[in-house]
Amino acid sequence: MGTFHQNKHELHGITVIVETTGPELFIGRCDDIVEQGVILRDADVHREGDPATPGKSRAEFLDHARRFGAWPNLKRILVPAESVREIRRLGAI
Amino acid sequence: MPYSPMLVRPMREELASAGFAELTTAAQVDSLIDEKQGTTLVVVNSVCGCAAGGARPGARLAIQESPRPDRLATVFAGQDLEATARMRARFGEIPPSSPSMGLFKDGELVWFLPRHRIEGRDALAVAADLRAAFAAHCAPVPVAG
Repeated sequence: MGTFHQNKHELHGITVIVETTGPELFIGRCDDIVEQGVILRDADVHREGDPATPGKSRAEFLDHARRFGAWPNLKRILVPAESVREIRRLGAI
Repeated sequence: MPYSPMLVRPMREELASAGFAELTTAAQVDSLIDEKQGTTLVVVNSVCGCAAGGARPGARLAIQESPRPDRLATVFAGQDLEATARMRARFGEIPPSSPSMGLFKDGELVWFLPRHRIEGRDALAVAADLRAAFAAHCAPVPVAG
């Protein structure tokens, strides 16, 4: 048994990869998908080519998340709908 | 803010009744993990029904067959805060997630199942992952000769 959440998108509670049209890639637990965009909780972000995101390539970032999950560096974030290119389940890669 | 103890009691009992020792303090976590011989399965329990609903029965199923870990333990995320924080520290450079599971062998983490590998999967699938880990790490060492 557990708690159950109603009136949320079917991806609610699922850890997802949100690819954007820009350099940012988000990984986090989907709270909901609404008209404004994708609401993620406990998310992390990778910014391709950003000097403030050193050390890990996009592939390395994804591979680490695939094996162990993502660091919860962003407690809650809305990824604007117009910037969302694709949403995938992290568990599916 | 932790959920009501009454709400989470059945979720605790689902593992406790299967033989998982409930760790509620950092000292209990250290004492268990610092045991340098043998294998220990740790389940980070969770209220969330999106994933924990498959995690707990999966763990119960997996331990019904041999090989299985020498010791079974659990901490409850969002409830037993001190124990959960210490256990996550013992997981090393692995992001926190719950539910999740870790298998220690001789005091070292040798296998980890993060939340996103539990989400949306049923108990049989979770148990299959656990049994594969047990087979890899908990099988008796063959006698030479």
